[in-house]
Amino acid sequence: MDSIAGTKSSLTWAVNISVVVLVVLWLIPTIGLLVSSFRDRDQISASAWWEAPLPVEQAYRLRAEGEVRQDGGLWIIEGNVFDASEMVETFPAGSEHPPVAAFGITGREPGATAAGQEAENRDGGTLVVNADGSYVFTTNEEPGDRPPRIYVVAETPPEFTTENYNTVLGGDGMGQAFINTLTVTIPATVIPILIAAFAAYALAWMDFPGRGLLIAAVVGLLVVPLQLALVPLLSLHQQVGIGQSFVGIWLAHTGFGLPLAIYLLRNYMVGLPRDIIESAKVDGATDFQIFTKIILPLSFPALASFAIFQFLWTWNDLLVAKVFLPSSDESWVMTVRIADDLLGSRGGDWGILAAAAFVSIAVPLIVFFSMQRYLVRGLLAGSVK
Amino acid sequence: MSPLVQGAITIIIGVGGCIGYFYFANMLLDKVIFPARGNDAGRNINRANQVRPWLFLFPAIFALGLYLVYPVVGSFLRSLYNRAGDEFIGFGNYANLIADEGFRTAFFNNFLWVLVVPAMATFLGLLVAQLTDRLSWGNIAKSLIFMPMAISFVGASLIWKFVYANDPDIGIINAVRASMGMESLDPLQIPFWNNFFLMVILIWIQTGFAMVILSAALRGIPEETVEAAIIDGANPFQVFFKIKVPQIMGTIVVVWTTITILVLKVFDIVYTMTGGNFGTDILPSYMMSFMFRDDGRATAVAFVIMLVVLPVMIWNIVQARKEMR
Repeated sequence: MDSIAGTKSSLTWAVNISVVVLVVLWLIPTIGLLVSSFRDRDQISASAWWEAPLPVEQAYRLRAEGEVRQDGGLWIIEGNVFDASEMVETFPAGSEHPPVAAFGITGREPGATAAGQEAENRDGGTLVVNADGSYVFTTNEEPGDRPPRIYVVAETPPEFTTENYNTVLGGDGMGQAFINTLTVTIPATVIPILIAAFAAYALAWMDFPGRGLLIAAVVGLLVVPLQLALVPLLSLHQQVGIGQSFVGIWLAHTGFGLPLAIYLLRNYMVGLPRDIIESAKVDGATDFQIFTKIILPLSFPALASFAIFQFLWTWNDLLVAKVFLPSSDESWVMTVRIADDLLGSRGGDWGILAAAAFVSIAVPLIVFFSMQRYLVRGLLAGSVK
Repeated sequence: MSPLVQGAITIIIGVGGCIGYFYFANMLLDKVIFPARGNDAGRNINRANQVRPWLFLFPAIFALGLYLVYPVVGSFLRSLYNRAGDEFIGFGNYANLIADEGFRTAFFNNFLWVLVVPAMATFLGLLVAQLTDRLSWGNIAKSLIFMPMAISFVGASLIWKFVYANDPDIGIINAVRASMGMESLDPLQIPFWNNFFLMVILIWIQTGFAMVILSAALRGIPEETVEAAIIDGANPFQVFFKIKVPQIMGTIVVVWTTITILVLKVFDIVYTMTGGNFGTDILPSYMMSFMFRDDGRATAVAFVIMLVVLPVMIWNIVQARKEMR
């Protein structure tokens, strides 16, 4: 727009800034999900995802396992919190420890007292934890086999892990669900293409009575709500013995995808140059040869864009999978697994949920970014006309 | 047999079957039924050419008929029977629906969705399309805003669950509130307004779609009209609203109706976010609460959705027929 008269540079700035704002707004939710999926549970509960690169004040609990000695009526335990067995895992011996920021006696208030101060114990004793981790615990009762608890709050460096992904793919069944989704998607994408291609050719280049009506019917069927199909087709599937199965969902997706496939492909094929087809006819090519040798190769962009549509749609579908697949959990696809299982059983476990969501959206995102060109072309062919 | 193997076999049978059907049916027609030989050669070729379109169309017509036409009739008939499907009750299911408070809520909410989502998505899409037009990094911006289109409704809902979360360490909204000293709340439980928080998710997804199509339409506007307006002294806003928008009105309508249709079918968002609780039910999610429990009611709701979609369907067909002439 720079060369056009009347454009002010302040306007260009305003445009740039508003686009930046919009893009950031659009991306924030997804970035939050991505970041959260790589953080471990303790860090997620300790700080927000936008603070992920910063150190976290995290609470730890441990038992006062230090040396015990008796001094008059008092028992004194001395030691260092970082030597306790529950801490060694996070802070291996010899590694550098963060300073202790605060400590406490109850789990409810793990950081009730600042490091170096003295806290009153429940039985009248005292506890002091210093910034370097050394502590002195005095108590009136003899500590038994289970030493008393101490809670400390220390700054922990940011930590990123793939633990959530391991959990989700293994124990939570997303691995199986991923395979199921793939199993549903590929046949449901491939089969309608062939059927639609032949039909689209007939509707585009063959002359027969009723052609206009059929095209109108396809346009009409484009918007038929899927909801109508659920009950009658499920009972039909049950009558013919398919029932709720992968075969059933492949057939269903094929049927539901056909109107868009025929519509897109026909619109594209109609636009192919008439000369090529007519000269092939003059040279004695049959319709079948014209279709396989000329039309199909030329229609590759349209075939690709429908394939992407159908792939994204079947991969992301929840409704058809809920109805046409068996309701047992070994045949759940990812969307069903997330919506019906993980959201309930892992409700507050944000790291797990984020990882699960990301597993399910990773493949569509790859397909989307690598084949965006075809997707856009398909959208335009399907809507602008 | 593992479903994966089953899937591979299905692809082979399905694709092989399709190719086989088209190839052999075509050959049968040309070589056996109407052979281009002997006395009738000429007439046979003509006859074969009359039959061929139907040969090519048959699988598609069969599948469309079975999976989309039959259900319209089948669902309507089923909706006239009771829950068990053995007693004809006329429009009893529909009467029950109208009497049901839940249905009226769902219908009203759906009405709100239809009002708000297409309007906002189209408006934002148009805004982004115009702003990114001729921006040096416009294509990157567009593809980032387009990205949610690839994400499933379930995935998108989960993403927004994070945004709306009650815990100010998870949810941005509550984090902002906390930084202003306000108490955290659950946006999904605020009566009436929670519907709009759910709509935001669909708007977030559909803006990219509207943007892509409207951006192509904006590019298609003849340059001369814009230049003429600028020479006549129109400012950028006048150029946009008085020159560009009127020229792409047809496309705007198409985008609007396409999103409207989608809004009437999407049940995933409500189902994942609230399960239809807190007064957020819409027709598709309301229908799913009867699926597998009361087929009569479920099909009645589905047919109501069909009736709502019908005007758009007719309009689409009329438009398509106009274009073909």
